[in-house]
Amino acid sequence: MSPVSRGFHRRRQDPAENAGRVPPGQYVTRDFPVLSAGPTPHTPLGGWSFSVGRPGRQKTWSWAEFRALPSEDVTVDIHCVTKWTKLDTAWHGVSVDTLLDLAGHDGPFAMAHCDGGYTTNLPVEDLTGGKAWVAYAYDGQPLEPEHGGPARLLVPHLYFWKSAKWVRSLELMDTDDPGFWENYGYHIYGDPWREQRYAGD
Amino acid sequence: MAGTALRGRLTWQAAKVLAVSAETATVRTVTLDVPDWPGHQAGQHVDIRLTDEDGYVAERSYSIASAPGEPVALTVERLDDGEVSPYLTDELRAGDELELRGPIGGYFVWEPEDGGPLLLLAGGSGIVPLRSILRHRERTGSTVPVRLLYSSRTLDDVIYRGELDNPAAGVEIFHTLTRHQPPGWPGYARRVDATLLAEVAWPAGLMPLAYVCGPTSFVEAVSQTLVQSGYPPQRVKTERFGGTGGT
Repeated sequence: MSPVSRGFHRRRQDPAENAGRVPPGQYVTRDFPVLSAGPTPHTPLGGWSFSVGRPGRQKTWSWAEFRALPSEDVTVDIHCVTKWTKLDTAWHGVSVDTLLDLAGHDGPFAMAHCDGGYTTNLPVEDLTGGKAWVAYAYDGQPLEPEHGGPARLLVPHLYFWKSAKWVRSLELMDTDDPGFWENYGYHIYGDPWREQRYAGD
Repeated sequence: MAGTALRGRLTWQAAKVLAVSAETATVRTVTLDVPDWPGHQAGQHVDIRLTDEDGYVAERSYSIASAPGEPVALTVERLDDGEVSPYLTDELRAGDELELRGPIGGYFVWEPEDGGPLLLLAGGSGIVPLRSILRHRERTGSTVPVRLLYSSRTLDDVIYRGELDNPAAGVEIFHTLTRHQPPGWPGYARRVDATLLAEVAWPAGLMPLAYVCGPTSFVEAVSQTLVQSGYPPQRVKTERFGGTGGT
């Protein structure tokens, strides 16, 4: 039990309909904050491709091919490790199930690789079963570069750093190697409901 | 990319407030005594946790304003619709305790061996982690040349003004005031744009190392302009305060 902070009083009252939707230590925001470690990359769509698989034997789609894949609308709550939660965010993209079914389920772990050099690691079982997408639209509009456009990973049941912006490939692996923030002390898995923010949480 | 050594679990610990001092009308620096502080790097942040009498808990992240080796200090800007920042700026006083864990983040950091020249670009309270870097440079005797460009709304909004008016040798400081300037203001008087950066920033050929911190609009514009002027993206580190909007 934490000690009471003298003179501190709750100011935010979440509406009843939010009950059970805000993980511990999070607060609801209406904004869509932007966080990234470096400049926003601007990759022309003509040079964009997306790959899934082991190095050397990947399935690769051009932008046009990727946009022709079956896609769906997804409305989900997202949770950033910096404490904000945004409810009912509306995305459109390709389910990772679809991509793995076409490329082959070829390993238990995945590393997302992105323009700008960002990486993040995930178990494949967290990318399958209708839990993860490669999204290219937000609120009915093409995904803006500062929010990860042309396409970003969307894995809403994990902290949002796992939903890698500017994603370009999913590399399948045998081991759960740490990605960018995971190497800097953030949690290897990142479940917001268990408040797995940092290594050891 | 090499990560810093992974530490053990980051546990919550009680920190005692040593002092609260005013930086501007809405900004306070809170200096803390953290008995088991493991040390930090310039540019890192901490999480703080507050608990009210009903057991309601609020957590937020704040950049560390002090240099490694100094007592942990946080500089907090009051956001009127916030829940945590008005408490820290208006209610907290010496002798109070709060819970803290950290340090957190190992990318937006600078050590003397990282070299330079350094280009520090701050928008508003984005100055806080850059001030830690400036103090660390001075305390370690580093002679890495530094240019700091600091964008504020008005002169009264400039945080650490006294300190920045007396920079260490090798540190050049440029201010821009975007909303209102006093009569005879010698500095810049507009939002940071490509022309302004061309005048202030180190030429890309010197292989400078840039740290950009501020609101998203500032960070997006500034980092994009730096890349267009030849800075390699991996030499431009960014930290955005959009993530704490409304706190």
